[in-house]
Amino acid sequence: MPETPPPETPVSAPREQKSVVLILARELAANIATPTLVTDAVGTMVYYNEAAEKLLGQSFRKSGELPAESWREMVSPSGVDGSEIPYEELPLVVALTDRRPSHRPVMITGFDGVKRKLAVTSFPLIGNGGRLAGAVTIFWDLD
Amino acid sequence: MRVTIWGCRGSVASPGPETVRYGGNTPCVEVRLADGTPVILDAGTGIRSLGARLLAERPAEIHLLLSHLHLDHLVGLGFFQPLFAPGMTIHLWGPQSPVESLEARISRYMSPPLFPVQLADVRADVVMHDVPEEPWQIGAATVTADPVSHQGPTLGYRLEEGGRTLTYIPDHEPAIGVDLEHVEQDWISGFRLADRADILLHDAQYSAEEYADHVGWGHSSINQVVTLAKRANARELVLFHHDPFHNDAELEALEVEARRLWGGSGTAPVLAYEGMELDLS
Repeated sequence: MPETPPPETPVSAPREQKSVVLILARELAANIATPTLVTDAVGTMVYYNEAAEKLLGQSFRKSGELPAESWREMVSPSGVDGSEIPYEELPLVVALTDRRPSHRPVMITGFDGVKRKLAVTSFPLIGNGGRLAGAVTIFWDLD
Repeated sequence: MRVTIWGCRGSVASPGPETVRYGGNTPCVEVRLADGTPVILDAGTGIRSLGARLLAERPAEIHLLLSHLHLDHLVGLGFFQPLFAPGMTIHLWGPQSPVESLEARISRYMSPPLFPVQLADVRADVVMHDVPEEPWQIGAATVTADPVSHQGPTLGYRLEEGGRTLTYIPDHEPAIGVDLEHVEQDWISGFRLADRADILLHDAQYSAEEYADHVGWGHSSINQVVTLAKRANARELVLFHHDPFHNDAELEALEVEARRLWGGSGTAPVLAYEGMELDLS
């Protein structure tokens, strides 16, 4: 009798091929000491490097890919004085929706629950055919 | 599909007695679809001989798919005789650019002082196409093109017809600064193209030792190409884009190493050579 997996066994469907633009962005991020986070075109967090792990309070190996709304809710960005930042003015949102670089200081709550003041710069990644592939966000520790 | 290799040397044409077994012409691969339509992959110096044959045959249409516009993949275009034959139709496909049309970029080569004849002076009916981001049809074949990691905008192609698949990635460095053995497959450049291909024609320019001095140059080590082919479950790996400084004996040493890395299962990797024919019917 053939073995059948128990119903609770997770079935991992193959994920969609990442664009070469994202692949190259990740390869760059993986080899630099600048805290860097890479998202796809809809804001899904697809990678951050070891330097960013220190500021985000958790290894990427542990967090894995996260949809935009999930990780935004977790890090809950605000102004450095605690004031609310309108969603459309968040650097990453500007990069993805307006396709232009954006920078501002923010306060985030790391995955470890620690609040940190960071300078955040996001810029869009646009392929040669004009398609938005995602964005790169770099952080700078202001504390 | 029937596949014939007219040129498999990388970087610069390398004729001579030391390269005679595998050839010195730069990349050009002829694919004949089931209905006889010729699809040509790249316009390296190998396209000169193919052009003479096609001029005599005069097919209704020729599709020429350029992986990128580095000179070793383009230099034969000016010697492709069908281009100068009135009444012939040539569809020329190439990578997109954010700043210049395909015609404008090719014209940089086909214009003085680099070349005496201008692209505007050719006599065939040439139709330029920016390669679309979604798969498209040429006859009964489905063609998929994805940008891959190389120096400058570069495409790999996947041609599927009658349930058989040919993948062509002549210039490719599938991983830079990350471990190709363990990185997730969706993060491997070219993976979707190579996935379960019946034949994978792939860049195999360097030995592992040579690659150490050429990281970021946009080409594969023998280890990388075998790893990619195995991870993608490609049925048959054909080693392509031979280094112009490798003679026949050195290429054969790379083939031995590729077979060692491949292991005992399935079809062993082989070196591409001029005149090689591959049957995917």
